[in-house]
Amino acid sequence: MENTRYTISAYSENSIGLLHRISGIFVKRHINIESLNVSKSEIEHVSKFTIVVYTTEDWVRKIVQQIEKQIEVIKAYYHTDEETIFQETALFKIKSGLLFDEPQIQNAIKKSNSKIVTVNREFFVLAKTAKRSEIDAMHDLLEPFGIMQFVRSGRIAVTKESMPISELLEEFHLATN
Amino acid sequence: MNTETVKKEKINTSKSIRISGAEAIIHCLLAEGVDLIYGYPGGAIMPVYDELYKFQDKLTHILTRHEQGATHAAQGYARVSGRVGVAMATSGPGATNLVTGLADAQIDSTPIVCITGQVPRHLLGSDAFQETDIVGISTPVTKWNYQITKASEIPEIFAKAFYIAKSGRPGPVLVDITKNAQFDKLDFTYEKCTGVRSYKPVPQPNAEAISKAADVINSAKKPYIVWGQGVILGKAEEELKSFIEKTGIPAAWTIMGESALPTDHPLNVGMVGMHGNYGPNVLTNECDVLLAIGMRFDDRVTGKLDTYAKQAKVIHFEIDPAEVGKNVKPDIALLGDCRETLSSLLPLVNENSHHTWKSEFDKKYEEEYAAVIKNDLHPTKEGLTMGEVVEQINKASGNDAVVVTDVGQHQMIACRYAKFKNSKSNITSGGLGTMGFALPAAIGAKQGAPHRQVVSIIGDGGYQMTIQELGVIFQHQIAVKIVVLNNDFLGMVRQWQQLFFDKRYASTVMVNPDFVKIAEGYHLKANRVTERKDLASAVQEMMEFAGPYFLEVKVEKEDNVFPMIPSGASVSDIRLK
Repeated sequence: MENTRYTISAYSENSIGLLHRISGIFVKRHINIESLNVSKSEIEHVSKFTIVVYTTEDWVRKIVQQIEKQIEVIKAYYHTDEETIFQETALFKIKSGLLFDEPQIQNAIKKSNSKIVTVNREFFVLAKTAKRSEIDAMHDLLEPFGIMQFVRSGRIAVTKESMPISELLEEFHLATN
Repeated sequence: MNTETVKKEKINTSKSIRISGAEAIIHCLLAEGVDLIYGYPGGAIMPVYDELYKFQDKLTHILTRHEQGATHAAQGYARVSGRVGVAMATSGPGATNLVTGLADAQIDSTPIVCITGQVPRHLLGSDAFQETDIVGISTPVTKWNYQITKASEIPEIFAKAFYIAKSGRPGPVLVDITKNAQFDKLDFTYEKCTGVRSYKPVPQPNAEAISKAADVINSAKKPYIVWGQGVILGKAEEELKSFIEKTGIPAAWTIMGESALPTDHPLNVGMVGMHGNYGPNVLTNECDVLLAIGMRFDDRVTGKLDTYAKQAKVIHFEIDPAEVGKNVKPDIALLGDCRETLSSLLPLVNENSHHTWKSEFDKKYEEEYAAVIKNDLHPTKEGLTMGEVVEQINKASGNDAVVVTDVGQHQMIACRYAKFKNSKSNITSGGLGTMGFALPAAIGAKQGAPHRQVVSIIGDGGYQMTIQELGVIFQHQIAVKIVVLNNDFLGMVRQWQQLFFDKRYASTVMVNPDFVKIAEGYHLKANRVTERKDLASAVQEMMEFAGPYFLEVKVEKEDNVFPMIPSGASVSDIRLK
């Protein structure tokens, strides 16, 4: 089976130690996490893990089964790039002088749909939210001029299909009463 | 939306009492029906021990001689009784010594709750004396774990711990409690946990899949059942028996499932796996439908996966969705509690018998008997075999002892030849293969089933890994029978060295002490057998003795366990010699 990029989405309770439990699932199988993002979700008090892996479908299915098996995980899914809408954000810190001396940088900023977050006498910060390839292209463009600092976030993604978590939680509460 | 994450059931309607966290822990244990725990005290758990002293009429604490012993004793207790075993230790080394038992309980799905003391909240992360991150360390080997840092958390977390340990596919839970939370006061009331919203212990059975499975079973010509511990954990022994008897399907077991069906049941065809029976292994690759009930296709069962039951339609009865398709992709997955699934399936399957197919198992048994079993059980050579010792134990116990084994050659021989009438009678370390398991597990087994005869069969290697637990057996006069099958070797590793490493016996020769003297040092009745003529009477004497008894049997030094599926080979390539 071929390796593909998959985005895993896991809805969970917000508890200390769950990140360790989930990362351990990858460690045990010697599988690298390409990127990881944890944030709140659309449901109050429910967290969402967004994990990107590059592996076979067989492995990602087994990993998702193991993630879902963890007591504090409500539900986990995996999707291909085609099944999701996803973005990453990058920050570039660049010397302010370059903004005036290098017209190419000005053009790049205009064309790239990126945003100047802050400017001061020493440096300015450029933010770009896009797909990985576009961020990489931007990076390659700016690199010859000198990037003082660069950072890129993990992927965040929403899926085209629905992930009916509220219904699952509702089911639990109905069963209670 | 309702944001409650756990369901609770009030069991004590009286209003709350103001007590310390340490005392609350005792009340939690009592509320969960615990009357026996295993453990070892130390600085960070002393407030709880102080309360144990006050509650000793209600809650017995057994001081094992090492924390590992406490976990295995709790496991032995859980496995024979079906209840949750409890072990307790202090922080740091006390806690890390629990890890082997947790890993063993995790891989063998044994419900235990381990309680560890921890340094006070304000010292967490300061590398304080005996501080260790036991929650971090135990995460991969627990079903769930939690660190309590406030006394007020105790009732809810303990309720959750017991619920999680025993529900669904059981497993170990560790609760770490900082010392301040043991000292601090709380307003205590206890409510049992009956549900956790992010956790579905038993998946809903699928009626469509069940009816599809019935069709496949009804049209099968050579159906074959392999069952595992899921049958015992799911209390589905009767359902399995009815199902087998109605359908006439030959059934084999993994070592974790042994004893769920009596050994002498006509459709019980024996053991699968690396040292299992010949027919059950070879015929796995000849059946047309394989019903895997409460088992997880461990590599020691399947051998080479690419050649495992490829010709068969596989129906997997499984409570844990993560096991479905993990090793073997089933044609039909019957998710759910196998007791429920088997009951729903029973009315849909036809009464049948598979005489011709069953007779193939009988034929293979004849071959195995001539090549292996005859020499194991009725040897003509001078040296004693492990098999004949097990056979004597069968005779002396009327095939009705709880047999607790360690890991290695003696374990495989005991699983192959021990005979059982009742479920929950074969206690062994299956998945993890933990040497040192048997002696403390036998203590737990005897305390969990005090009216049953408990015989622990151990090799000379594993025995010395937890030999200090003789202290517990002596102190509490726990009437276990300890049989050490001594070949002065780490026999299983030696066997592999002989077969696969040109007899280079690297570090497998054991230079052993006088085991009888050691047992006598603990004031235990002890005996040694070196000749066949003394074996039957020695075993008889041991079994008739009222208290604990130690018996060393000097067996042939370089015997091998056969049949054997060499590592990485197919079940069809099992060797008889």
